[in-house]
Amino acid sequence: MSINFDTALGIHADALRVRSQRAELLASNMANADTPNYKARDIDFQSAMKMAASGQSSGMETTHSNHIKVSNNQMSSPAMQYRATVQDSLDGNTVDEQIEQAQFMQNSVQYQASLNFLGAKFSGLLSAIRGE
Amino acid sequence: MSLFNVFDIAGSGMSAQSLRLNTTASNLANADSVSSSVDQVYRTRSPVFSAVLDDAQQGYKQGGVQVRGIVESQAPVRQEYNPSHPLANPDGYVFHSNVDPIAEMANMMSASRSYQNNVEIANTSKQLLLRTLQLGQ
Repeated sequence: MSINFDTALGIHADALRVRSQRAELLASNMANADTPNYKARDIDFQSAMKMAASGQSSGMETTHSNHIKVSNNQMSSPAMQYRATVQDSLDGNTVDEQIEQAQFMQNSVQYQASLNFLGAKFSGLLSAIRGE
Repeated sequence: MSLFNVFDIAGSGMSAQSLRLNTTASNLANADSVSSSVDQVYRTRSPVFSAVLDDAQQGYKQGGVQVRGIVESQAPVRQEYNPSHPLANPDGYVFHSNVDPIAEMANMMSASRSYQNNVEIANTSKQLLLRTLQLGQ
């Protein structure tokens, strides 16, 4: 059995990528906390992970020669959704700073958890390579 | 690595909020400015924020915030009859700025809290990236 990084690392590499994308999205929400008509967005982690696990992307498929190809840089871009608001504001902005802050903290802890899993995988691989 | 983009996004938020703080400081400093004509009197300035959104062609990407410009409030200015004032016009009127100090104080608090939030985001992302650098060690 050869050592393959893709199978050895399992789901955690995908999880880390989705976490970092979510961190970016939440940071964008926070930066636009005072922008009129900005709608807060978030990633549905479950569907994003499903997409990553099955290797499919949410980019549009071209099934006809006249279809315009939409380039998709990311291997799997998770579906973004608009956040349901608790309190509407007059300027049309739906960013709730408390919710965003809490979600960002939660996401960063989960990011560190994924990092720990990956680190453990790497040290397991290292000890397997060294044969200790 | 999209975590690096967080620095750009939080940085854009920080610069936008600091510009908002700047205009607030300018408004508060000129709260008692007077002028002899309606055209020259100081009017409340406020920045216009808008989200930076990348076009769909580039795939999944997120943007920060940008300042579209600074607009002056069109609220009516207060005129006062004070013929002894050195800036009074021939009719004896001076014009006060339309700055609302209470609204400006609230604006200032909101801007500084938002700034702090963005600093917090950048700090957390820095820690996460440093942890990522230590991966496998």
